[in-house]
Amino acid sequence: MSNSPLTAGVAPGRLAPQAYHDNFSDVQPVLDRHEARVAADRCYFCHDAPCMTACPTSIDIPLFIRQIATGTAEAAAKTIFAQNILGGMCARVCPTEQLCEEACVREAAEGKPVEIGRLQRFATDTLMAKDVHPFTRAAATGKKVAVVGAGPAGLACAHRLALKGHEVVVYERRAKPGGLNEYGIATYKAPDDFAAREVDWLLKIGGITVNTGVELGRDITLAGLEADYDAVFLGIGLAGVNALRAAGEDLDGVRNAVDFIAELRQVADKSTLPIGRDVVVIGGGMTAVDAAVQSKLLGANAVTMVYRRGRDRMSASTYEQDHAASAGVRIIYGAAPVRMLGQGKVEAVEFSYEGGEAFTLKADQVFKAIGQTLAAAPIAQDGAKLVKQQGRIWAGGDCASGGEDLTVTAVAEGRDAAEAIHASLMA
Amino acid sequence: MANLTTNFIGIKSPNPFWLASAPPTDKEYNVRRAFEAGWGGVVWKTLGSEGPPVVNVNGPRYGAIWGADRRLLGLNNIELITDRPLEVNLQEIKSVKRDYKDRALIISLMVPCDEDSWRDILGQIEDTEADGVELNFGCPHGMAERGMGGAVGQVPEYIEMVTRWCKKHTRMPVIVKLTPNITDIRKPAEAAKRGGADAVSLINTINSITSVNLDSFAPEPTIDGKGTHGGYCGPAVKPIALNMVAEIARNRETHGLPISGIGGITTWRDAAEFMALGAGNVQVCTAAMTYGFKIVQEMISGLSQYMDEKGMDSTADLVGRAVPNVTDWQFLNLNYVTKAHISQDDCIKCGRCYAACEDTSHQAIAMSDDRTFTVKDEECVACNLCVNVCPVENCITMVEVPKGALDERTGRTVGDYANWTTHPNNPMAKAAE
Repeated sequence: MSNSPLTAGVAPGRLAPQAYHDNFSDVQPVLDRHEARVAADRCYFCHDAPCMTACPTSIDIPLFIRQIATGTAEAAAKTIFAQNILGGMCARVCPTEQLCEEACVREAAEGKPVEIGRLQRFATDTLMAKDVHPFTRAAATGKKVAVVGAGPAGLACAHRLALKGHEVVVYERRAKPGGLNEYGIATYKAPDDFAAREVDWLLKIGGITVNTGVELGRDITLAGLEADYDAVFLGIGLAGVNALRAAGEDLDGVRNAVDFIAELRQVADKSTLPIGRDVVVIGGGMTAVDAAVQSKLLGANAVTMVYRRGRDRMSASTYEQDHAASAGVRIIYGAAPVRMLGQGKVEAVEFSYEGGEAFTLKADQVFKAIGQTLAAAPIAQDGAKLVKQQGRIWAGGDCASGGEDLTVTAVAEGRDAAEAIHASLMA
Repeated sequence: MANLTTNFIGIKSPNPFWLASAPPTDKEYNVRRAFEAGWGGVVWKTLGSEGPPVVNVNGPRYGAIWGADRRLLGLNNIELITDRPLEVNLQEIKSVKRDYKDRALIISLMVPCDEDSWRDILGQIEDTEADGVELNFGCPHGMAERGMGGAVGQVPEYIEMVTRWCKKHTRMPVIVKLTPNITDIRKPAEAAKRGGADAVSLINTINSITSVNLDSFAPEPTIDGKGTHGGYCGPAVKPIALNMVAEIARNRETHGLPISGIGGITTWRDAAEFMALGAGNVQVCTAAMTYGFKIVQEMISGLSQYMDEKGMDSTADLVGRAVPNVTDWQFLNLNYVTKAHISQDDCIKCGRCYAACEDTSHQAIAMSDDRTFTVKDEECVACNLCVNVCPVENCITMVEVPKGALDERTGRTVGDYANWTTHPNNPMAKAAE
């Protein structure tokens, strides 16, 4: 541990061991009972509540908060899970400041919304801590459905199908189920292996088999699935990464942010992960923020996020931008990458402001976070994404058209596809 | 600054805020702290007869209900009168009064219902130099089972009898404290007046069970698995107390009988409301037990500011001001028409007015797709429920439809004052023709 944030190049162990522990533990711990009661008291139990309308999964928020306020957090959790079986993860990663909490009437009244996300976590954590599953399966229907992709969309779809009594087989290309929950979320948002624990808990519904390390197009084919199953759901996400199309992209030290985030999630001892002294992150979304903040938390001396458009166009929320800024990340708006500079490995990145003025940032490491894309299109596309249904094949989540690329949206689409599949199978 | 000095039945105090007979006034230590904090007077916690003091339970003696953020709204208790020796209390009262001559110090009393007991206790307190006595005919628990407190207060003849004894055996002013656990508060007040009382004070606490423990299935507070009713007080009882004060103030038999107002007074505003309904001063307990003695500072500054704003020089200008406006339902103007109005600038779009009106009232609020809530004047009966459930004060208001204008609900123009006594639907009115 002789390294420090000032150590040149890309190096592990820039911080003291305790710092890694502190930096990657729960960014916002669960409310305790008293805090939850006080927070719940602020809910007005609105009629046809705006928060509920703003939630992609339409969780009955006033009801679950009232259930917390009356001392029945388990009932509250069931209200949440009835709409969103991944309500535990969504409570941690939802951009609530752009969804339910932005719509909260107390945001309008006082600029301080009810802490819906944190209350949701209080309820879901309370129930999940009991390690019981709140739902029971309907009688077996004899129908079999294949789900490709064990991310939020696939899991939500699988759970709802299993609930209805169908037999579900999930195929996942990676080693673990969870999708972006397991590989794509900043470590400090879901510490203590929450994504994996949530999957285990979800699978308690029964009737779901998960096969990992199986990739569509390599190990299985869509035609094969169609032949073997009554219906197929594709929740394959966006496995491709947009290219910068800037010179020097192939230099050592230039990496996709999603790979960095995934590796960080899977490494048990964060101090072993090398990080640059000077890190540049290119992009303006949540992935860019997660990569930038975590670079800083790993001990990078200087981290700069560069986004080619203005602040108002940035898809990372103001809350996320503030979080990055408070972590010590510098954010530059309105500048596009021109080329990576360096001999064999990256040493700097040249940018150009919208007006044409050029500048160069020192960089030992560059993370590209300019968006993900479909790696393949097994069914027809609607624009850049897959159609939501084609015959007996349904699609949902980030890979499918419509909706934002959010965990909660993926859950809603997976759930709704399951309802559509169920209706179709039982017709 | 307004002069808050009050003279209540000859008892002077620097302000109208007294502490009621209750745990805060049980001993010298507390009362000195109360006077230092600024309280105008104290009614010393009820003394009993000489002899072995009463005993209290040794488990919890209070129960409560709460509003949002665990704000205490109602408190109940099963505590009895003072459990300290009479002699100790008398020494302490004398000691305190000697040091706080400008403050009112009243002694609350409760002894068995015979003349000797009352004559005896009145004799014993004679040389404390206290300013008056308050007869505790109210406590609904414990002592009532022994024929005292509320047991006396529920029988007007007993009130009259005991009051008469007290007036006979002391030269001190006598305040009779009334129990609300009766059907018509005017009867005990009339009895107190007949007995010669200088004033009545009300209300004492209300019979109550605050909660039931759903694990042990026992009322709370629970003593070894059992519970009993206690006396209920605090903000939740204020409306009941205000009505009872008003009933006495406007009753022909008791009009003008001095009243010390008690019941959930928490702020200067509560105090002013009691005084407007005829209370010459007020007594406070639960608010002090919830927040400590310091609250009197807000009461003093608040009442002073209010009186200054209203151009009132003394509390006498306020006392009774609202009494002429308390009337019977039959005299209310049926041609007074208002309509709810929702301020779109203040509305936060929670929709509670809509839910309340649509589900439980007159379907007089419209909700648009963009959550704009508007009143349908043709349906609105002006019930005020929307005003009451709206979380934003003054967002929804009642606007009067002026005389001669059209009431869109009835299709008639608003006419002159007319009440039920002359209304065509009133069979009594027809019979009178």
